[in-house]
Amino acid sequence: MTELEQYAASIEELAKRLGLDYYNVDFEVAPASLMTEIAVYGLPVRMPHWSFGVRYIHQLVRQSMGHSKIFEVMFPGDPCRAFLMDGNSLAENTLVTAHVLGHADFSKNNQLFARFHEMAGGNIVEHAAAHAHRIQQAIDKVGMEKVESVLDAALALESHVDVDGDLHRTRYPEYVPEKVAAPESAFQRRFRDLPGAAEAAKADPGRVRAPVPPHPEFDLLWFIAHYAPELEQWERDIFLMVRSESLYFYPVFACQIMNEGWASYWHARLLREADFLPQNLYLSAIKAHSDVVRPYAAGQQTALAINPYHLGFTLWEHIIDTHGLARAREVMRDEDDFGFIRNFLDRELAEKLELFVFEATSGDEIKVANRDVNAIREAILAPKFNYGAPRVAVTEMHNDGSLVLAHEHKSDGRGLDVNRAKRVLEYTKRVWRRPVKLATVNDRGEPAELTA
Amino acid sequence: MIRIAAETPWYDLFSRGARDWLRHNQKVREAVKNTLPEILSGEDLMTGDSKNRTVMVPVKFLEHSRFRLADPSSQQGAGQGQGQPGDVLQPGRDKGDAQSQSGGTENGEIRFVVEMKLEEIIDWIWEELKLPDLKPKRTATMDEPDYVREGWDRRGARSRLDRRRTMKEAVKRRSIQENPVPIINEDLRFRQLVKRATPSMNAAVIFALDVSGSMDEAQRKLAKQFFFFALQGIRRQYSKVDTVFLAHAAQAWEFDESQFFQASSSGGTVSSCAFQLALDVVKNRYDPSRYNVYFFYASDGENAAEDREPAAAALRLLAAQTNYSGYVETGGVATFRPRETQVAEVFGEMKGAGLPVGMSQLSSQDDVWRAIREFFKETEKTD
Repeated sequence: MTELEQYAASIEELAKRLGLDYYNVDFEVAPASLMTEIAVYGLPVRMPHWSFGVRYIHQLVRQSMGHSKIFEVMFPGDPCRAFLMDGNSLAENTLVTAHVLGHADFSKNNQLFARFHEMAGGNIVEHAAAHAHRIQQAIDKVGMEKVESVLDAALALESHVDVDGDLHRTRYPEYVPEKVAAPESAFQRRFRDLPGAAEAAKADPGRVRAPVPPHPEFDLLWFIAHYAPELEQWERDIFLMVRSESLYFYPVFACQIMNEGWASYWHARLLREADFLPQNLYLSAIKAHSDVVRPYAAGQQTALAINPYHLGFTLWEHIIDTHGLARAREVMRDEDDFGFIRNFLDRELAEKLELFVFEATSGDEIKVANRDVNAIREAILAPKFNYGAPRVAVTEMHNDGSLVLAHEHKSDGRGLDVNRAKRVLEYTKRVWRRPVKLATVNDRGEPAELTA
Repeated sequence: MIRIAAETPWYDLFSRGARDWLRHNQKVREAVKNTLPEILSGEDLMTGDSKNRTVMVPVKFLEHSRFRLADPSSQQGAGQGQGQPGDVLQPGRDKGDAQSQSGGTENGEIRFVVEMKLEEIIDWIWEELKLPDLKPKRTATMDEPDYVREGWDRRGARSRLDRRRTMKEAVKRRSIQENPVPIINEDLRFRQLVKRATPSMNAAVIFALDVSGSMDEAQRKLAKQFFFFALQGIRRQYSKVDTVFLAHAAQAWEFDESQFFQASSSGGTVSSCAFQLALDVVKNRYDPSRYNVYFFYASDGENAAEDREPAAAALRLLAAQTNYSGYVETGGVATFRPRETQVAEVFGEMKGAGLPVGMSQLSSQDDVWRAIREFFKETEKTD
């Protein structure tokens, strides 16, 4: 048994005693290069696409400038899969082991994670690798260009899934019952009873063909996969694969502050109570801990982004101190970041954390705008609404097969970036194979229609 | 339960990131090609050896677009640290400052440069535009007759002994002889030389440019781009290509490439002098029976009214001696043209008479490709 394995076993024993409840965790020590790729692709083996290449280079540049170090990546599931970087010190890896147990506890018990786990099963790492394999087969069969243009569209619409819906969703019902005519008014009855008028042949009551979509449809990936006029099977496959990976990523996205905070709370607590750790190992682990959960970069007094580890950690410490661990576990089970921030980030904590809302003007000037707690909460949550994407829905499909999309600019507050939206429409059109239209508003708030 | 695996990578340890990065670069190269006319027209690339030339093309990363909200007039976010409402965390940039920085990289954006071989680019363009290769004139375009190897003989100079064939003969003979000797005189075979005429692979390209006051910078640039690609197309086909640059206003001069596009004159426009000079060049240097001569003329089409007849006559003579004569008429979009210009009229008449000529309009960058395509398609027909 290695030293790390001994510590891991003792930490696990301690974790169980403290009430952590999780699926098995399989750890793997991975080279730095793989850790970088996991950070870029989100999964160890994922489909090829050139856009990942761009992110990869950005990540390499960030790492070479020392802005980014990846200690650990953990994939919830049964078993959970965790990757440790082989360059980590023993102290760091001990810390990471404890941290991962926090994530494992969170992902088994949080309702959002649990729902997605139930829908998709607990083997996302293998699923994604199988997807990558299938896409490679499609490339071998139909060629890179064709597969790429499908991936261009599917990945561009990656966030446009219905996160409240099911992974396996059936098509809309083909027919709906006919609307029952409103009861006749007294006048209509008298009019009908007038002599001379022939009795109108009453149409069969029953069913009529349902419009597609029957309501604005926000699950664009699902809709295109099922209703695109000439989609081939392998193309539909790609759309559904991208969709299932996207749904898998959603809980991680929607609970990031809670989840990282929870894991940070537990690694700190487990290490603090781990009397079996040698003093110097404990000290270096705690040093690594404080590097992870600090609010701003070393030597700086302000940050224009909130460190989710720090914010989450502080909130959980406060909740457990004031309401007890049992209540904290309930919160962990029931909330996502929206509820967590709105219910538990109060004025006192916001002041203690020195949170503020800043404003950047077009001249690149950045100012502190205010320190109002409501504004702070909304500023933290703003990037998280609707999976971080504008609200775009399919509203109509014309008889000629053309697709009509509408952007809910009222809830988003402003229109879409026109050039980007146009390119997305072009990607989409190549798959949809019919004209695609999108209604949004321009920068003056007037209706604007984009077409491809 | 925690399990810590002793290294058992179940995935292939190759760099997916590098694979996708290479694919991105491939796409960048394709994207770059669309902006080539502009990039290439910046340099004097026409004369000299184009085979090993490379051009450095600055590029940005490609962006995989997603739906995004338009940039708001002011952006908000949550931050952490000290400071009161109204405190400036990061001062705005001065206008002057912004300008001096604009040459550098903005927002820490990463840019890179791809080096592309000129020859590769041209090949790509021909493939992309599906342009036909030029064909040399068949009539009377013979080089000096040349000796080529053809056939065998039993007698000849030692230097032309065909050893392989000789050995074959020896093997055949020995297989039917009782006591064979290795080689006898009858086995010897010599290569024969025959005089044959081959089609000429020499070409001369004469570019004539109207540099009178009415031709502005933008129009010349368009002409230059067209000339450049036309020349590259001709270079693809012929082993040896000579270029001649003629500029004219009321008079015509010959220039070298670097001066050619800078030349300007304020005088009136007399096109016929350029055609006359071109005729002289052909007569003195490029005998049409030995050279494939191409003539290109770029102008805004305005010519002195009294010059119409001399110009038409000279052009007709030229057209008879060249494989092809092309006319590109440049003019900004703003230029109001109520009727065909005089030069266009003349070319139109010649075309109607079945001479190998063609013309196109260049009013913007995008027209260059169309004009090139028209030109090469035309030459295929006239061949």
